[in-house]
Amino acid sequence: MKQKKGVSTDTLFKIFVYVALITLAVLILVPVAWVFLASIKQNSEFYGNPWALPAGFYWQNFVDAWNAASMGSYMLNSVLVTALALLILLVVALPAAYCLSRFHFRGRKLLNTCFMAGLFINVNYIVVPIFLMLRDWDSWLNYFFGSTLLLNNLFVLALVYASTSLPFTIYLLSGYFATLPVDFEEAAYIDGAGYGTTMLRVIFPMAQPSIITIILFNFLSFWNEYIISMTLMSSARGQKTLPVGLLNLMQAQQSAAQYGILYAGLVLVMLPTLVLYICVQKKLTQGMTVGGLKG
Amino acid sequence: MRPNKGRSRFIFFCVAPATVLFFIFMVMPTLNVFRMSLFERGAYSPTETFVGLQNFQTLMKDTKFITSMQNTILLIVVVTIITFFFALLFAGILTREKIKGQDFFRVVFYIPNILSVVVIAGIFSAVYKPENGMLNSILSFLSGKTVLVLWKDQPMVIISVIIAMVWQAIGYYMVMYMASMSAVPESLYESADLDGAGRITQFFQITLPLIWTNIRTTLTFFIISTINMAFLFVKAMVAKGMADVGLSFMYTQKDAGLYGYSMAAGVVIFLFSFLLSLLVNQVTRREPLEM
Repeated sequence: MKQKKGVSTDTLFKIFVYVALITLAVLILVPVAWVFLASIKQNSEFYGNPWALPAGFYWQNFVDAWNAASMGSYMLNSVLVTALALLILLVVALPAAYCLSRFHFRGRKLLNTCFMAGLFINVNYIVVPIFLMLRDWDSWLNYFFGSTLLLNNLFVLALVYASTSLPFTIYLLSGYFATLPVDFEEAAYIDGAGYGTTMLRVIFPMAQPSIITIILFNFLSFWNEYIISMTLMSSARGQKTLPVGLLNLMQAQQSAAQYGILYAGLVLVMLPTLVLYICVQKKLTQGMTVGGLKG
Repeated sequence: MRPNKGRSRFIFFCVAPATVLFFIFMVMPTLNVFRMSLFERGAYSPTETFVGLQNFQTLMKDTKFITSMQNTILLIVVVTIITFFFALLFAGILTREKIKGQDFFRVVFYIPNILSVVVIAGIFSAVYKPENGMLNSILSFLSGKTVLVLWKDQPMVIISVIIAMVWQAIGYYMVMYMASMSAVPESLYESADLDGAGRITQFFQITLPLIWTNIRTTLTFFIISTINMAFLFVKAMVAKGMADVGLSFMYTQKDAGLYGYSMAAGVVIFLFSFLLSLLVNQVTRREPLEM
């Protein structure tokens, strides 16, 4: 008798659990899916029932978003900035993390502490001083050479992205390098390899899993970032990255009511991240125990 | 490894670029936040006049700043409580129960975390649209009459921001707690079963105490990150000046060219977040348990 009662509350509990989980999944999936469907609706369809399925595939939204709303060139800017920032980050952070975790030299402790402290500096606080610093340097450049260079420059934006994610990246990589046994390097030195060769040919290939993790996390944060980009690329006709372009489109849309183009723009921004996520979701959700410092 | 000239040179060339970039784009701006808060600076010229603590005095009397800090505190408290309650609950269920499609749920719950805040703002503009938006149409359907709530206007706007922030954060923390909860040894639950402890007792007596260290760290980071995320959400979602939070107040002052004043606000918010995380760290201190 007692056994039977236990089973029935068990079943009830199971049902409750599934209902709760499915509700949460629906709450997350439906708005995202809705935007995808809305992106192929004609503008007239937005005045009817919001839950109606699109009447047909109205691809013109994407063409308009790509050309008329400049999403195409914003996309190119975003690709360039993200790729450049990742490249700079890897070239700068990998050797630094390697030395800071595996060599004993004067100042090592101090540098490690500084980079650790950097984990607590959030870019939202320092974006204004960065902007002012670049603007001051620009006005000197203008004074001496007659042209400005630093603001509204995609390369500088990428450099700022890479620099501000150095603490997190070095922290993550150092943690990994510290776990490798020293035998590998000693064997390489005995074989006559120099420090540089050993680092490039022996250590970095072994660090591949953690390199992939930092590429993933930083790709997402660079691609999605908008505050720094908005501040440093503020010129009206200048190059914008995709999220900033989308934000402008959203603000313009409130008066112009071009819903189709707006949702097409949204799809263009989130599609790359979603595709990447579906390809590597195992890696990302596993790697997140190390990514717990995100902010 | 022998110390020699080549070694020193190698170390120098490896470490120098990172150190220089870190110094220029992080250390200097951080010091500048504090320094500039004591100065008045012209909007278009780099001339600065030292004004001491005058910026801070004005700030303490600025009702807009006080309101924005109140909004920040409200968001921190409400978003943290809702997110942690649901994240812990769902993580506890998903790790303890044998759920079909567990991987599917994990993949779906993590999706909001990979989207840009701008994209989330766009998605929620479709949810909150007053006439035939998703939320109002559901409410109309449920109540049987036309509901026209202006979600992005006062007084609902702060609730709209809370909903969007919880939507974004919940899955991330859930997946994180699932990872730490799955490290709790099964044998503890088996012996609790034998002693007749129910699911809820097990959750509070075994699961929570054992992952307490993890909850504590994430709570501290969550509070700091909520201050930043609140800024990102308000900036992308809310009409200018409608419902400012601390950092968006700071950014508005920067747009107005009041750089010293803006940085004074930055210093206050920074100290606030620092003290708050110390406080949370103290309040949540417990004797650590061994697994």
